[in-house]
Amino acid sequence: MLPLFIIIPLAGAFIISVTGKYSRKVSYTITWLVTFVLMVLSLKLLIKGGFTSYNIGGWAPPLGINLVADGLSILILVIINTIVFVAANYSIGYIGKYTSKWTYFALYLVMLASMNAAVLTGDLFNLLIWIEVGGVASYALVAFGTRAEELEASFKYAVLNTVGLLFILMGVCLLYAYTSTLNMADMAQILAQKPDNKLISFVIVLFLIGAGMKSAIVPFHAWLPDAHSSAPSPISALLSGVLVKSLGIYTLLRVMFNVFGITLLISKTFLIMGTASIILGGILAVYQNDIKRMLAYSTISQIGYIFFALGLGTPLGYFAALFHLVNHAYAKALMFMTAGAVVNAADDIRDIREMGGFGKKMPVTSITSIIGSMSISGIPPFGGFWSKLLIIVAAIQAGQYMGAFIAVIISIITLSYYLKLQKHVFFGELKSKWAGIKEAPVSMCVSMIVLAAVCIGLGLLYVPALKAIVLDPAVNVLINGSSYADAVMK
Amino acid sequence: MIEYILTFILFTLGLYAILIKRNLIKIIIGLSIMEYSMNVFLILVGYKNGATIPVFTSLTEPRPDAMVDPVVQAMILTLVVMSLAVTFLLITIAMRIYDKYGTYDIRELNKLKG
Repeated sequence: MLPLFIIIPLAGAFIISVTGKYSRKVSYTITWLVTFVLMVLSLKLLIKGGFTSYNIGGWAPPLGINLVADGLSILILVIINTIVFVAANYSIGYIGKYTSKWTYFALYLVMLASMNAAVLTGDLFNLLIWIEVGGVASYALVAFGTRAEELEASFKYAVLNTVGLLFILMGVCLLYAYTSTLNMADMAQILAQKPDNKLISFVIVLFLIGAGMKSAIVPFHAWLPDAHSSAPSPISALLSGVLVKSLGIYTLLRVMFNVFGITLLISKTFLIMGTASIILGGILAVYQNDIKRMLAYSTISQIGYIFFALGLGTPLGYFAALFHLVNHAYAKALMFMTAGAVVNAADDIRDIREMGGFGKKMPVTSITSIIGSMSISGIPPFGGFWSKLLIIVAAIQAGQYMGAFIAVIISIITLSYYLKLQKHVFFGELKSKWAGIKEAPVSMCVSMIVLAAVCIGLGLLYVPALKAIVLDPAVNVLINGSSYADAVMK
Repeated sequence: MIEYILTFILFTLGLYAILIKRNLIKIIIGLSIMEYSMNVFLILVGYKNGATIPVFTSLTEPRPDAMVDPVVQAMILTLVVMSLAVTFLLITIAMRIYDKYGTYDIRELNKLKG
């Protein structure tokens, strides 16, 4: 079942690139079907749970490449495939204003395949290649509109991420030279037997730079606001909601926790980088007047919360981090979709000071946007509240009073900039030039409503029965770092 | 030892070009230099003094210990294809940027701020 997550989207991308030129309907239908099937498959995997692995070509792990689905992989896989399905549905309504739509859908499916493969693969070099495949697809999708800003953002994004990837490559080379294997589980077992030395610290730094570049924690965040605000809105939703998490955070977690084994030094680095991201992203977001740029800075801040919670090093901290990751993925995807609907309706004007009063004309967008804002900024009934509360509780339990204080303060600032967004865009008086504004097309509305419902429902993930299925297996992978290697190599 | 140091210098030279140079094409060249240096580094990792190509010439007396490591060579093939795709994409974007801005100077690309 695991190879299907890679084969189906790649086959779909191939069929679209062959037939898409002749019929637009075919590319819509194939994208919709492929993403729907994958969503169902991923949910099936989640319900089945447990540990699955598949050897490509029948070669056993240390020699061949294997695909592994454990708790962490399955959690990220479900996030990817659900959001990608909703965003595909949204794209069908959104893509109308662009030309050569089939290229968009083909690249979209390649990006999906690469994210699924990066999350499933058990081979370090294979992981690297899939990160780069996803990278190439996303660089092209950011530049899809081919306006000056989009090209500029795409160039910056591509150069910075490729450099980051070369740092990871150097780390992989050094590890291969040191352990003579590329399989992550085998590598973990060999590293556990060897004494600690400076090489491993150097490789850890290289991985932090490379995967940190992908996940945009603070010293490496410069590309994110440009790339995420310039891309077409469904792609922004995917980049912020999924790509940063699957190719960036997941890679870092898998390598740090399951290959090297987490140490105090790595935890401290996560803590410092996370705190810096929380502060910088949160404060810079307040000053933004571009709706999508504000959301992009908010992503940096929320990624900071995830890293801060991971750096606490306690089981509750890991749980809070993964819970916040899930909440942020859905809520930020929803926010970018509503932003896309607003920008689409307002003739590509993204400055929120020129808008106002859209709430009366676009009720669905307005209400879903309020739900997304409330979830990210942490208002009680929504999932975002519980995860932020847990992060703060975990920080106090771990004795990080300063960090907990910063988390609370920036949480209030988060609320303030989301209220600024709501006030300028949806409330106030409708200006005369926006008199003819219309609600988004049906497919976009449906997608936003679905994600809003998910955002409300995510608060329930803290209920023990659901927690045991969805989050606990993933947290266990982080707590027992060596269990991954044992499960694969047995 | 000297080969490894030279490879590392090549890597940092590429990084220098990306960080310091103002011309888009020179930045892309810097990226290519970095990629080449990593390819050379991989070859060095798999190299063995006095070893032959990784092909079995005799099945009765296979001597895998006298061969260079074939895994790194397979990795380089993949990496070359990857870097080709990235370079293609970057050059295409740079050409489109030239159409829009009329220059390759990175200081002139200032539509995105904040």
